[in-house]
Amino acid sequence: MNKKQKKLLIRIIIAAVFFVPLYLISEGIVAVKLPEPVLIALFLIPYLTVGWDILRKALLGIRNRRLFDECFLMTVATVGAIALGEYGEGVAVMLLYQVGELFQSYAVGRSRRSISDLMDIRPDYANLEGEDGAFERVDPDEVETGSVIVVQPGERVPIDGVVIEGSSALDTSALTGESKPRSVAVDDDVLSGCINLSGVLRVRTTAEFDESTASKILDLVENAASRKSKSENFISKFARVYTPVVCCTALALAVLPPLFCMLTGVGMAGYAGVGALWRDWVLRACTFLVISCPCAVVISVPLSFFAGLGGASSQGILVKGSNYLETLSQVGTVAFDKTGTITLGSFEVTAVHHSPMEEQRLLEYAALAECHSSHPISQSLRRAHGKELDISRVSDVQEISGHGVLAKVDGVDVAVGNEKLMNRVGVAFRHCHHAGTIIHMAVDGAYAGHIVISDELKATSREAMAALKRAGVERTVMLTGDAKSVAEQVAKEVGLTDFRAELLPQDKVACVEELMRGGGRKKLAFVGDGINDAPVLSRADIGIAMGALGSDAAIEAADVVLMDDDPLKIAKAIRISRKCLGIVKQNIAFALTVKALCLALSALGLANMWLAIAADVGVMILAVLNAIRCLFVRRL
Amino acid sequence: MKKSYKIEVDCANCANLMEETTRKTEGVKDCVVSFMTQKMKVEFDEGADVDAVMQKVLANCKKVEDDCEIYL
Repeated sequence: MNKKQKKLLIRIIIAAVFFVPLYLISEGIVAVKLPEPVLIALFLIPYLTVGWDILRKALLGIRNRRLFDECFLMTVATVGAIALGEYGEGVAVMLLYQVGELFQSYAVGRSRRSISDLMDIRPDYANLEGEDGAFERVDPDEVETGSVIVVQPGERVPIDGVVIEGSSALDTSALTGESKPRSVAVDDDVLSGCINLSGVLRVRTTAEFDESTASKILDLVENAASRKSKSENFISKFARVYTPVVCCTALALAVLPPLFCMLTGVGMAGYAGVGALWRDWVLRACTFLVISCPCAVVISVPLSFFAGLGGASSQGILVKGSNYLETLSQVGTVAFDKTGTITLGSFEVTAVHHSPMEEQRLLEYAALAECHSSHPISQSLRRAHGKELDISRVSDVQEISGHGVLAKVDGVDVAVGNEKLMNRVGVAFRHCHHAGTIIHMAVDGAYAGHIVISDELKATSREAMAALKRAGVERTVMLTGDAKSVAEQVAKEVGLTDFRAELLPQDKVACVEELMRGGGRKKLAFVGDGINDAPVLSRADIGIAMGALGSDAAIEAADVVLMDDDPLKIAKAIRISRKCLGIVKQNIAFALTVKALCLALSALGLANMWLAIAADVGVMILAVLNAIRCLFVRRL
Repeated sequence: MKKSYKIEVDCANCANLMEETTRKTEGVKDCVVSFMTQKMKVEFDEGADVDAVMQKVLANCKKVEDDCEIYL
C-alpha cells in the first residue's frame, strides 16, 4: 500500500470505531439517551474524518462548474440523508464509499505491478569492456553499437548482439514464454531481455539500447493500453451520459411525485402529512444518487483488457492494443502463409531429376543464377552447392516475380524457375511426381532437368489446426505461391479446410480480401512470418507475425506478434482474447444489471441507502476481481 | 508532434475526464490517457508551443480532477 492508501485506511478505521457505537445508539439497540443535537455532533466526527476530502472535492467541482462528478453525488446524497435525520445511513454511505475507493486503488495498483513484473525484461546496466580488458558497469543507454559487453551468469542480456567468446544457456522465457533454455555459442545472436544462465559471454552489440529487442517489446506493451477497444470507448461514452441522466432523474424523483400527490391527492393517504411525503421522496432520490457512481463499470473494462494484454505477453504473445484483442476474439477465418508458418521454411534440396549434366554442375548453375536473391529457396540452392560462388561469372540477372530468375552464367543463358517460367522461355519440361517445390532448369535454351526442394512441416502444425478448430475458427486457409499439388498435400496433411495455390505475392492481398468478404461479420486473421507479406499482414482484419523476434518489418506491420514460431500460439492467442472479452462482457452486463435493478428498486422505495451502497461497492469489488482473472492464461 | 507524459490519477473515470479535457485544450490535436499504465500521450498541433500548451493542460486537468498530477 502506498502512503495515500495507508492514510485512507487509518481514516476509515477511526471513522468505523466512532461510527459503530453511535449507530447502535441511534437505532435504539443500546439504550443510551442522547439529545438530538449531541447525536448529530457526534455523528459528524466519523463523517468528516472519512469524508472531508470528498466534500472538499465536491466544493471545488462546484467552483469549477463541474457538477456531475462522483464526489458531488456522494456529498449531495449523504448531506441530504443527514439533513433528513438519517444520520446513520448518511455516514455509512460515506464510509463504505471510501472502503470501495480504497479497495479499487489497492487492487488496481497490485494488478498493475504484477503485470509489469510479468514484463520485467528491462535491463538495469551493461558491463562495458574497456580496452584494457577490465569492464565497468554503465547505463545500457550509453553503450554504442559495436562495443563489447560482458554478460555474467545470472545477468540479463542488456543489448542485442553477437557472441564473440564463450558459450552458455539462455533463459528466453520472458521474451517467448518458452521455458526450455536456448544454448548459444560463438557467432550466435543473443537478444536483450534473455537471462544468461551458465557461462560468461562476451558479446559485440549490434544495436543501440533503444533499438534492442527488450526496449522495443516494452515500448510495444506500454503503448498497447493506449489503443482503446470499442468496449472501452463505449464505456467512457456511457459514463459521460449515465451520471448526468441519473442526476436529473434523481432531481425529478425528489420533486415530481410529491408535487403530483399534493396536487391530485392521489396516494396522500399513505403519508402522515406533506412533510413525510417530501421526506420519503427526497430520501429515495438520495438513494438514487448513491447508485449513480459509474466507477465500477468504468474501471473493470480497461483493467480486464490490461490484464489480458499482460497475460498474453507473459506467454510470448504481444498484442499491440486492446482493439486488436477485441478483433482477435471475433476471428472466424485464419489465413496462413505456408513457408515459415506451417512449414519450417528451411528448404533442402532432396533430389535432382532428368539432368543431362552432372548434378553438381546443375546445382552450380542454379546457385549462381540465384546468387542475388535472399529467398529461402535460393539459400537452399546455395547450401546444396556448398562452395564459394564467383559472382563475376553471372550477368544480366532478371528476376521475374512468381516465375523465377533468368541470368547469363559464363555467357550461357540459364533459366531457373517454375513451370510458368519454362512456358515463358518456351522450353518443354517434364513433370515431377514428387511433392515439394520443383525448380526447373533450362541451360542454353534446352531443358536441363529439375531440382526437388522439400520443406518440412512444423511439429505442431497439425495440432495447431485442431486447436484452432476447437477454439471456434471455422475456416483455415493456406495461401501459397507453390504448385497446387504441393499445397494440396500440405493442406491434407495438416488438416486445413481450404487452400489457394500458385499465388503471386500481389495476389495474396486480393485473396485475403476475397476471404474477408466471404467471412461475413467474422474477422479474418492472417498469419505470416513477416518476410514478403507485410502488405497482407496490414490488409487483413488482424495480422499475426510469428517467429518475429528480431524482425523489425514484421513487428512493424503486424497487430499481434508471436515471439516464437510455434503455430499453437495462434489458437492460444485467440483463446486468451475470447476469455478476456468474455470477462469484459460479464462485467459490463453484471454491473449494468445490478445498477438498473437498484435504481428501479430505489425509485419504488424498496431499496434503502444500505442496499444502494452495498450494491455499488459490491459490484465494483466483484468486477475488479473478475477482471484480474484475465491475467491467468497459462493453462488456457 | 507527439509526446508521452507520466501521470498520476486515482480513478478510471477521472482518467477519462482528463483525456476529454486535454483534447479540448487549445494546441492539442489528440490525447490518449491510459489509466492502467498511468501515462498520457499528447499529440500537439503543428507549431504549438509544447511547454505552454502542457501548462494549460495541467491547469485544465486540475480543474476536473483536483488530485491528478502530470509530470512535465
